[in-house]
Formats: sequence, C-alpha cells, structure tokens
Amino acid sequence: MAYFEVRDLHVYYGAIHALKGISLRVEEGEIVTLIGANGAGKTTTLRAISGLVRPRSGQILFEGEDLLRYKPHEIVTQKRVIHVPEGRRVFARMTVEENLYMGAFTRTDRDKVEEDLERVYQLFPRLKERRRQLAGTLSGGEQQMLAIGRGLMAAPRLLLMDEPSMGLAPILVESIFETIQEINKQGTTILLVEQNAHMALQIAHRGYVLRTGEIVLHDTAENLRANEMVQKTYLGMA
Amino acid sequence: MNTPLRAAFRAGLAGSLIALHLALVGMVEAFNKREIIQDTVTLGQLLLLGVSIGTALYALQLIPQERRATRDGWLTALVSVSVVSLTLMLLSLAIQTINLRFMFQNASKELVRILTFHTPGVVGLVKLWLFILVGGILGVGYLFVPRPWNRVLSIAAGATLIMGVMRSIVTPLLPDLLVDALYTASGLKRIGAVVLFVLWSAILYTYPRWKARAQTLQTLEVRLGPRTIPLPVFLGIVVLFALPAILREEGSYLFEVLDMVGIYIIMGFGLNIVVGYAGLLDLGYVAFFAIGAYTMAVLSTPELPVVREFLTQTIGRSTLNFWEIIPIVIVISLISGVLLGVPVLKTHGDYLAIITLGFGEIIRLLVISDLLKPILGGAQGITGVARPTFFGKFVINESWEYFYLIVITIGIALYISVRLRDSRAGRAMKAIREDEEVAKAMGIDHVAAKLSAFATGAVMAGLAGALFSSRLYSIAPHSFNVLISINVLCLLIVGGMGSLPGVVVGALALVGLPEVLREFAEFRLLVYGAALIIMMLYKPEGLWPERARVSPIAKEVFGDRLQQLKIE
Repeated sequence: MAYFEVRDLHVYYGAIHALKGISLRVEEGEIVTLIGANGAGKTTTLRAISGLVRPRSGQILFEGEDLLRYKPHEIVTQKRVIHVPEGRRVFARMTVEENLYMGAFTRTDRDKVEEDLERVYQLFPRLKERRRQLAGTLSGGEQQMLAIGRGLMAAPRLLLMDEPSMGLAPILVESIFETIQEINKQGTTILLVEQNAHMALQIAHRGYVLRTGEIVLHDTAENLRANEMVQKTYLGMA
Repeated sequence: MNTPLRAAFRAGLAGSLIALHLALVGMVEAFNKREIIQDTVTLGQLLLLGVSIGTALYALQLIPQERRATRDGWLTALVSVSVVSLTLMLLSLAIQTINLRFMFQNASKELVRILTFHTPGVVGLVKLWLFILVGGILGVGYLFVPRPWNRVLSIAAGATLIMGVMRSIVTPLLPDLLVDALYTASGLKRIGAVVLFVLWSAILYTYPRWKARAQTLQTLEVRLGPRTIPLPVFLGIVVLFALPAILREEGSYLFEVLDMVGIYIIMGFGLNIVVGYAGLLDLGYVAFFAIGAYTMAVLSTPELPVVREFLTQTIGRSTLNFWEIIPIVIVISLISGVLLGVPVLKTHGDYLAIITLGFGEIIRLLVISDLLKPILGGAQGITGVARPTFFGKFVINESWEYFYLIVITIGIALYISVRLRDSRAGRAMKAIREDEEVAKAMGIDHVAAKLSAFATGAVMAGLAGALFSSRLYSIAPHSFNVLISINVLCLLIVGGMGSLPGVVVGALALVGLPEVLREFAEFRLLVYGAALIIMMLYKPEGLWPERARVSPIAKEVFGDRLQQLKIE
C-alpha cells in the first residue's frame, strides 16, 4: 500500500473537464513534483487533495483511507495533510508570529508547537527578526517563507506546496528550494507543484508531467531531466 | 506643487462649491435659527466659518510646506477664502435680482439677509466678505501663533463652541447657578463663552504638566474580588451608574439620547463581530433588530387576540413579562442568525451583501404584510409592549432607568466581544476574514466560525431590539428599514472596523450628534455621506482603529502605508 495515492481523479469546473483521470502516488519521505504548463491542472490537483474542490470521481488515499470522506478542516485535523497555497497567501493583518500560530491552530500538543516554532525560525531566521511585524508588510520572498513556515507549524505528514517559487527573484528561488530540500531531509513528505521544472526536478525524487488535465509522463527526477520531451517543453533546452 | 495663486483658486473653487451647496440645500438657513453665542454667532454662521477655515487650510496644503508660514501663506489663504466670499456675494446678488426659487427652494430673501448680516446694499456684501475673511485669517493664523498656543487656543475655541451647540446635553450636568450664569435658552451668553474659552485654554495649557501625574493615576488599581481594574476605569463605571440616578428627570433628554446611542452600541458590537471580526458584509442586520423587537412586542402586548389565545392554551397566561421574553429573544435571534448563515455560507463580498440586504427586506415585508397581521400587528405596529419590572413592584419606565439596563447589556456585549477577540474562535474568524481558503487549509472549520459569528451578532441585535421596543412601548414596521443596517455599518466604519472603542466613538458621533443637533435631522444623510467620504479619504482606518503590533523597522520602511495598519 502506498503512503499517499491518487487514483483516477476527475474534476470538473462547471462544464470544463479540468482533471481527466489523474493517478499518482507519493511514498513516505519523498519529494514528488508535479510539473506542467499554466492551466495543466496542477493547482486543481492540490485543491482536490485538500478538499477545497470536490472531484466528480476517483479516490484520494492517505494510508489507505479515502480523504474524500473528510471536510477540508478534517483533512488537516485528522490526517495532517497540509496545503501551502500558491501566491504567498499570508494573513496580511496578523503579525508573522500570529500567522505561524494560525498554522498550529488545530494542534493540542502545546510543547511541540513551541518546538516547531523554534524549528521554523531556524529554517527562516528572517521570520524571527520580523516576528512582530504585520505579514502584509513583508517582502514577497519573506511572505513565501512565512506561508511555508505556517504550513510546517501544522506538523504535516504530507505537505502540499503550490508554486513556492512564483514571482520570486532567482536568488530567492534557489534558497527557497534549498530550504524545501532541508525540510524534506528533516522528515516531511512533500508533493511539490511547480512551473519551474528545472529547480523542481533537481530536488525531487520522482516527478509527474501534467498536460491539460492528464498525466503524460512519470519517472524518476533524474530520468525526467534527461527526457527529450521534458527538456524541450519544460526545461527550455533546444 | 502649485503656485500660491493657483492653489488659492483651486481651494477657493472647492470651498465655493461646498458653500453654495450648503446654502442652496437650506442648511445655512436652518442652522441659523440656533444662536450659539448670544447676539454674536449662530450655528449657520459657524457653518460658513467652518467652510472658510477648511478652504484656507486646504489651500495651504496645496503649496509647498516651507512657504506656508510666509507671505505666500497669507496670500494663498486670503485669496482662497475671498473666492468663496465672492461666490456667496454673487449668490446674494443673483437671488435679489432674479427669482431662483423655481429651481432652488431655499434661495430665499431670508438666505440673503443671513449672508449679508441683515444689511442691505454694498455694506452688507462687504460684511459678508469680512466675515468669510475671518475664517481665512484663523486658518493661516494657526501657523503664526507660537506653539503650544495655536493648538491650545484652537481646541479651546472648538470646545467652547461645542459646549454652546450641545447646550441641551451639557446643562443638566451643571448646577443651576452655573447654567444661569453661562447659558441662554438657546446657547451661550457672551460672558459665558469668554469664561469657558479662558477656562479651556488654561486647562489645555496646563494639561501636559498634570499628564505625568495622571499617568501615576493610571497605574492605581482597585481590587474587585480576585481581579484588579485600573482606577480610572473604576471611576468611569461609578460615574456611569451614579449619574442617571442623580440627574433623573432633569437629564431625561440626555438619557433619551444616550439610550439610543447605547442601543446602537449594542448593535455595533454585534455587527462588529460579523463584519469586523469575520469579514462578512451583512447589510440586512436590521432584520435581527426587528426580530428581537417583535419577539418582545408580540409576546407581551395585550393587543393580539390570536397570540393571546395561543399563549393561554399553552401556558395558561395570556402574556409574558419582560424577563421571561428575554431568553426567548436570545433563542429566536440565535436561530435566525444561523438560518441566515446557512444559505450564505458559500457566498462572499458583494454577493453576500446583496443576499443579506434581501433578508432584511423580507423580514420588514413580512411584518407589514396583511397575512401576518393577526400575529405581527401589520402596518400599524404594536403598542403595549412590556416594561421590565423587579419583584413585581418596581417598574422601569423612564429613559434614565432604561439607561441602566442598556449599560449592563453593553457591558455583556463588550465582555463577549473581548473574550471572543482573544479566543480561538475569534482567531478563526479573523483568519477567515483575511483569507477564507487559506483558513480552510489551516484546518479551520469555516462553517462553525461563520455561523457562530452570525449567531452572536444576531443575538446582540435581538437584545438591542427587545430593549428598543420595550423602551418605546410601541413599535411599527417603518422603524426597521434598511437605514438602520446602514447606520450601524457606518458607525463601525467611522469608529474603526474591528475596534471595540471605535464602536462607542462611532455611535456617539453618528447617533448621538444628530440627536443633539436637531437641525441636522433633515440633512442627516447628506452629513453622513460627507462624513464618510472625508473619513475614507483622510482616515480610512477609523477614528479609533483596531490595534495591531508593528515593529519599529516596519514603521521606518513602510511609513505612510502603515497609517492604514496603525501602530500600537
């Protein structure tokens, strides 16, 4: 039995068939990346997993149990599958630290929460410097750090990350990806959605290529990097 | 930046439009009936003076800062107000030569007499000009009077005039001897104005000195059981409770006003939870107010035979008393809050606003309808609503007696608001306000959070409604129109969305002031509109904003933008 598995997922937005039977799996301790162009269905896949959209059919299995039975907040509280949404969506009118505590909203293990807060501050020292600042006044990179840190505060057993590199300067992108790798090494399983296939395939173990709602390719990250079609379409190599 | 003349004409044009508007809608004439200082200045003149000062200040803002306190400043201010007075002179001449009343009802000869100080001919026009010029001099003069006197004198003048305008509120608080010495039947005596002005100036000048001492006062505490509260708060509460009993009949008008303000404060706290905490724009909030009011009225009036019979059959008595109905009001408004909440769970922003607006109208139409007349009294409403009694003997009748009930209810609403704000449920609401989808992804149960916000808000409005109908003794459907929802929303905006002291400030400003300034009644919405526009332009975070913690670094980096976020 796979740690996490999506089976034949179909999602419709009205008449639009957004996901046409997606299947993928993530093993414990892995980073798996989902790459593809705009509108391929990457974000929709994550939204379906965290319960924010209802699929028409298919299964989302976490340790063999179907997540579709749960409401969005129950997926967090009972399964600890945590979604870091795209676009640096922080709670703008709360401070950095309040944002982080919001991540731990559903947790009852107070001591561990404090430990995790320290861990997040170690990963992102910038956040510690700005802990009392309103999140809306942070720079783009800092907001992305905060969004990731907030996700970690929920003690995720599976972390869904949506385009963490979007809109960031190249130097920041690199450091964000390094941190993601670090988070994974510390034991968090990650499903990473990225447009920046180049970076994503460097840190991921395996990858899926999504095109117009369908998985067209699936392999180890290494093989995908070497794949001619991937190189041409997503890595911008001739 | 503008040259002085350009700035003067720009500001003068804006001031002219405002002055013309105020004159032609009849505000100047209506306000002129009230003398603020005997034989010296009327409220109407004050209005024009205010426009003039505002014009001068606006003109000064348009020129570079370093040139304001120079001859350029004088030039700018005086030219700009002269433009205003020129406009008013032309208006006077126009009214005298052609009849404008087919278009402007208020362009009357009386208006001309007011503008020209009852002096015909050129002399009158010169008087008008000089009068408006005074405003300009006051505006620019502020820059030339040394500190702290400019602040002290202008605030003292403002305070004196406010005490004149609010005669009916201030006089019951003062001993008769003092009232006779300072006040006439409509405003201040000249001597009274001078005395108050000097007194205020002295207080404001010495204020910084005893402020240090006042701070030690702040740290004093009073032990109440296991808790301590600051001495000033304690004294405030004592005064709040002692005053009504001391003033009684004498202050009945004051307490009539304060009761209304209090009822709006209760509703303000309620809507603050819905809009301020949870960010759910509810334009049908009046519905819950109506539900509370009607629950109280229907169950206690002897007028509705159908209800009487039903009650007699079920509980063996034909009416319920005030205290028996209060829990029913709480339950019914809670249920209706949830009932409104469920269908709108998935809607946001504009759509939510429109649906709630519709909900408010539905409730009002149900109340008016003939079909429900046997139960709800129809268009004539219901009279004979129960008044609260204690031990079957002591009946609460007077407005000052109701004031106690209202203050206690405010206290409860405040307590709930504070506890909610600092609780998990409050944080969940706040997260939903900030970003609902992320909140869901953080494991927040948005259904529970939204419904509890709607329900808590509804209960507060329901209680406010119950107090309202009991105090008025009778209610009619037309008291429950959409304007109530708008008023409550406006007071939140003016006070500061999400801020608890802001609710009180907003209610005093938007409900208290118009009650005191009866002249406003007709122009209430005009003034509201203007006040809201000015607020949104110059102080969008409200008069007393919600506090948020910001680091000094952020302050340095973001400067002006933090204005909106407000620093602790």
